[in-house]
Amino acid sequence: MQVAVASGKGGTGKTTVAVNLAHVLAEEGPIQFLDCDVEEPNAHLFLHPTLHEVREVNIKVPVVTRARCTGCGKCAEVCAFHAIAVLGEKALVFPELCHGCGSCVRVCPAEALHEEPRRLGIVSRGSAGRIDFVQGKIDVGTALAVPVVKAVKRAAGAGDAILDAPPGTSCPVVATIARSDYVLLVTEPTPFGLNDLKLAVELVREMKIPHGVVLNRAGIGTDEVWEYCRREGIPILMRIPFDRRFAETIARGRLIVREFPDWRQEFRRLWERVQGGGRG
Amino acid sequence: MKQLLILSGKGGTGKTTVAGAFAALAPKKVLADCDVDAADLHLLLAPEVVETHDFKALPKAAIEPLKCTGCGTCAAVCRFDAPAAQPDGRYRIDPFLCEGCRACALACPSGAIDLPERVAGHWFLSRTRFGPLVHARLVPGEENSGKLVAQVRRAAAEVAAKEGCDLIIIDGPPGIGCPVISALTGVDLVLVVTEPSVAGRHDLERVVKLARHFGVPVLVAVNKWDLAPALTEAIEKYLRDEEIPPAGRIPFDPELVAATAAGLPAVEGRRGEGAKALIALWETVRRTLEL
Repeated sequence: MQVAVASGKGGTGKTTVAVNLAHVLAEEGPIQFLDCDVEEPNAHLFLHPTLHEVREVNIKVPVVTRARCTGCGKCAEVCAFHAIAVLGEKALVFPELCHGCGSCVRVCPAEALHEEPRRLGIVSRGSAGRIDFVQGKIDVGTALAVPVVKAVKRAAGAGDAILDAPPGTSCPVVATIARSDYVLLVTEPTPFGLNDLKLAVELVREMKIPHGVVLNRAGIGTDEVWEYCRREGIPILMRIPFDRRFAETIARGRLIVREFPDWRQEFRRLWERVQGGGRG
Repeated sequence: MKQLLILSGKGGTGKTTVAGAFAALAPKKVLADCDVDAADLHLLLAPEVVETHDFKALPKAAIEPLKCTGCGTCAAVCRFDAPAAQPDGRYRIDPFLCEGCRACALACPSGAIDLPERVAGHWFLSRTRFGPLVHARLVPGEENSGKLVAQVRRAAAEVAAKEGCDLIIIDGPPGIGCPVISALTGVDLVLVVTEPSVAGRHDLERVVKLARHFGVPVLVAVNKWDLAPALTEAIEKYLRDEEIPPAGRIPFDPELVAATAAGLPAVEGRRGEGAKALIALWETVRRTLEL
């Protein structure tokens, strides 16, 4: 079963839920952890994996052989991303805009274009105890996160996996949660948390993925999240109260289930609920 | 006209709280919420929407089933695995995988693939009691958030020029990818709001590298600094080593939490330690921007 941990709003506790859940599950059997927040991957700060394999993630971008280019402009015409233009009678490529679709190369009548790899980031693999750990990381200055997210997911094997998603509701989140069996939406009881939860719910409903809510920092703010979930029939599978000791534990990169062993049972129960279809 | 961008790398460190406070403190300015997939600034500013505009996304491919012969050319050319064979032998495009490159439409021998234009979100020009606000809403699951960010910034610059404002305050998205780069290009100053945690520190370093990559000056403020004083010290040491001026510390103040929960900017009518720290932070930013 692949379970993605997501949220519209950043900083609600996605990584906290994902790493503590993985740690508890690893006590019972093998579990994979996929850090798909490739812009700012943080799970390694809590799980301290030993990484033994690093692979580059590349896309293929066009390169112009100027001697062959006739400046006909067909390449620029087919490029949906404005990544190639004819300037000074020759084609010029803007690699940072290119998605690597290959249309320009296919359409060039003069065979003046070929493709070369452009690095977007890396995927690292390793283990943290019994956790099989994979993380993606885009290079600073790279705008394209989706190919790196997909590379992380390709590295996964069969069996249970926890996916730590990036914040937001746009394409990197879609790439992460696509084909997941369940999405845990982590939120907090504030107006920001509620607003962004509604957006995340809209997304998982559109993608038809079963989902439930983890309410973090319960006790601050208002009951509005609870009322919204009840009205919409979305199960709240777990509540983590606001507790300064939890905040300090997380700040230092430690696990709640280690510092407060009573919570191991809570995370196990969360997994059981998810496996049972997450109906509260 | 100056442009100030508020970033954090890690989400939830307090970008919008700071932006909301600056909205109340800065004189003639335009506010721009560029966290287009999870925009929250409007919750603090109670905007009255004056104009609503459609945001057209890059179209996605769609196959007309009656014209599809099931030849599989689309699947052969697509590098994003979007076309998939259906039980009846025809192909269908998964809109969540399609990147809109048109390769399949160009290659299809039956002309069965079209890319209809779609509305992928909206952007708004609003009035608030603190001045004009440009904000947006991307339809959840859509691409091109960078393009929508650019649209919000363009509209904010137009309003600022028209109304004679000398500052645009941009509330940025988390991360360091496409929408952040779109929010960052050409601004005068980035204020990074971080928090004293291992994750906050890790993400801060990546966002500082990004700002430097684009040659934009950076200031860094530590929010909730007293939740982990030792980590705050470590972050400030990193800033000194990198020759980045520390812009100040904001304490964990229940008054700020309550203000946000009530949907109010954190400094309005408040005198606590958190509000004082935000006022001091605004002074530092103002001086740095030479306003």
